[in-house]
Amino acid sequence: MSRKQKIMLVRILAAAAMLIGFYFVPLLGWPRFFLYLIPYLVIGYDILIKALKGIRNRQVFDENFLMAVATVGAIALAIYEQSGDYTEAIAVMLFYQVGEWFQSYAVGKSRRNISDLMDIRPDYANVERDGVLERTDPDEVEIGSLIVVQPGEKVPIDGVVLEGTSSLNTSALTGESMPRDVAAGDEIISGCINLTGVLRIRTTKEFGESTVSKILDLVENASSRKSRSEDFISRFARVYTPAVCAAALALAVLPPLARMGLMGLPAQWHVWIYRALTFLVISCPCALVISIPLSFFAGIGGASRAGVLVKGSNYLETLSQVRTVVFDKTGTLTQGVFEVNGIHHNELEDARLLEYAALAESASSHPISRSIRKAYGKEIDRSRVADIREISGNGVMARVDGIQVAAGNHKLMEQLGIPYIPCHLVGTIIHMAIDGKYAGHIVISDVVKPHSGEAVRALKKAGIRRTVMLTGDAGQVAEQVASSLGIDEVYSELLPAGKVEKVEELIRAKGAKEKLAFVGDGINDAPVLGRADIGIAMGAMGSDAAIEAADVVLMDDDPLKIAGAIRISRRCLRIVYQNIVFAIGVKLICLALGALGFANMWLAIFADVGVMILAVLNAMRALLVGKREQGRSAGPAAAD
Amino acid sequence: MKKTYKIDVDCANCANKMEAAARRTGGVREATVNFMTLKMIVEFEDGAEPGEVMKAVRKNCRKVEDGCEVFI
Repeated sequence: MSRKQKIMLVRILAAAAMLIGFYFVPLLGWPRFFLYLIPYLVIGYDILIKALKGIRNRQVFDENFLMAVATVGAIALAIYEQSGDYTEAIAVMLFYQVGEWFQSYAVGKSRRNISDLMDIRPDYANVERDGVLERTDPDEVEIGSLIVVQPGEKVPIDGVVLEGTSSLNTSALTGESMPRDVAAGDEIISGCINLTGVLRIRTTKEFGESTVSKILDLVENASSRKSRSEDFISRFARVYTPAVCAAALALAVLPPLARMGLMGLPAQWHVWIYRALTFLVISCPCALVISIPLSFFAGIGGASRAGVLVKGSNYLETLSQVRTVVFDKTGTLTQGVFEVNGIHHNELEDARLLEYAALAESASSHPISRSIRKAYGKEIDRSRVADIREISGNGVMARVDGIQVAAGNHKLMEQLGIPYIPCHLVGTIIHMAIDGKYAGHIVISDVVKPHSGEAVRALKKAGIRRTVMLTGDAGQVAEQVASSLGIDEVYSELLPAGKVEKVEELIRAKGAKEKLAFVGDGINDAPVLGRADIGIAMGAMGSDAAIEAADVVLMDDDPLKIAGAIRISRRCLRIVYQNIVFAIGVKLICLALGALGFANMWLAIFADVGVMILAVLNAMRALLVGKREQGRSAGPAAAD
Repeated sequence: MKKTYKIDVDCANCANKMEAAARRTGGVREATVNFMTLKMIVEFEDGAEPGEVMKAVRKNCRKVEDGCEVFI
């Protein structure tokens, strides 16, 4: 609680205590009025002062002014009717202040909650200078400095590990609870927490350009881009207060005049003025105006806890309306790295064949050779290899342990006159010949990510009607990946410009209310990310391009997060709509009851403050959306 | 040119009024007030002097909401 809030709480309690105490004081007439003036001024003096200032600045629709008119009017009526019922005016003021107090408390709390959530800002960096560690402000660390991160500390700046192995807790960044292992040579991203070993890191960026700064900047500014719901509410608020005030004026004047003039009845001015004052009590649009941005703010905060960064309330809104999801293939649905995917028709054991291949390819830096060496996984003893000859575009020949080994495509086999068996799988095929005899082949292909199929199914379950895959790859490869994942449509052999055209075509083909999302890895597909209704970039840890180009950024590269992000947005929007309907509905009912004389001021203020408190509590629920999603990704989803 | 300023204001509706007041101020092309983060993002007209414009923005904001503050 801030100082302001504490003072307000004391005022509220004091006024409430006086109100109860004075109930037992048997005073009448003016003494009673002056006695009740004390709690009224205690609880409402600031509102009266603000109201006077509002008049000076010609702000008639200022809520302070309206509250002042309503309560002063109620007191005046009590004097006129000689009822001595001043409690009503005081109670209105009291509950109004309770509402304001609660609102400021709730907003303050959610502000703190969200900054705790994004507690990834490092406070210092341990810079090593001439072998001595020095604690420095991360802002002052230059590119290429040596920093040391102890277990339990946050990695302050992006860099490359020089020495040490450790596991990192990336959950604040990605929502992923599994620790990530790093060793010398690996890139390391700021914002992770070092768990086990001491790491020496050479920084590759300035603090301001590091992942952690970019994410903080993004999250802190996210709710500045306003959604259509928010615009609707601020437009509504602008119209609502003047409209209710005009209605109040009409209610105070027209019925009495009509009664006098047309019906010949007594005017009953005090009845109608009282009903008009009841209107003024409900005239403040606070509940709506606070709960909508609060819902979005909490929703964006909750999403970021689950590793989904949404750049603005408007994007959260669009995301909830997505019905078509378009994927890029490489790096999004597949790993984008080549792996040995199968070994067929071999005469030797798999491991032996792979060993020969790895040794023969030991001198090559081609991605295919690298993936074979990776699959082999053991240290390569170069002394076993001799006479390596690269046959450009076709493969390699070498002498391994004194035996002639040929590894390459079918052209190499044809060149050597060795009969080979073609493969039924799609990918790059490395045929092997050992000692002049065919020894089988190794299939190398881009590997589908473990969660891709599940991700497509999850999207279908979340109500996505159409899934499309775009790729620059050959048709056969694309078809195979798409059918294995259950994707509806494939467009292959597209150049980057072709992808933009395809997305435009798909946008034209769908309904106006349905939105299209494009999911890419941010590399080469920035124009497509920009063209789609909403661009989702994944695997953004460390990729500036993706963070820049996309509207929604998934911190890790798990495609399952896409459905998660959509679910989060839907849940948040549902809360927003609930609040809009609930708050407007209750206000309209109160206005109707007030006009007909069924509602007094007590009910009006209770309804007004009650609606606000409920709407704010409902809005805070949006903060939990990410928590549920985080539990889901860490839990049984992996076993599915 | 776009600049972000810290603000202080108590209620969400007041923040909306400040936004409207800032938009009306001369030299301001676009203004957004974010109540949740208590920030005002102002885009200035070409050739406008931010310091001067912001003083006018603050004055206009004070008119619609007495208790607000814009930290220039």
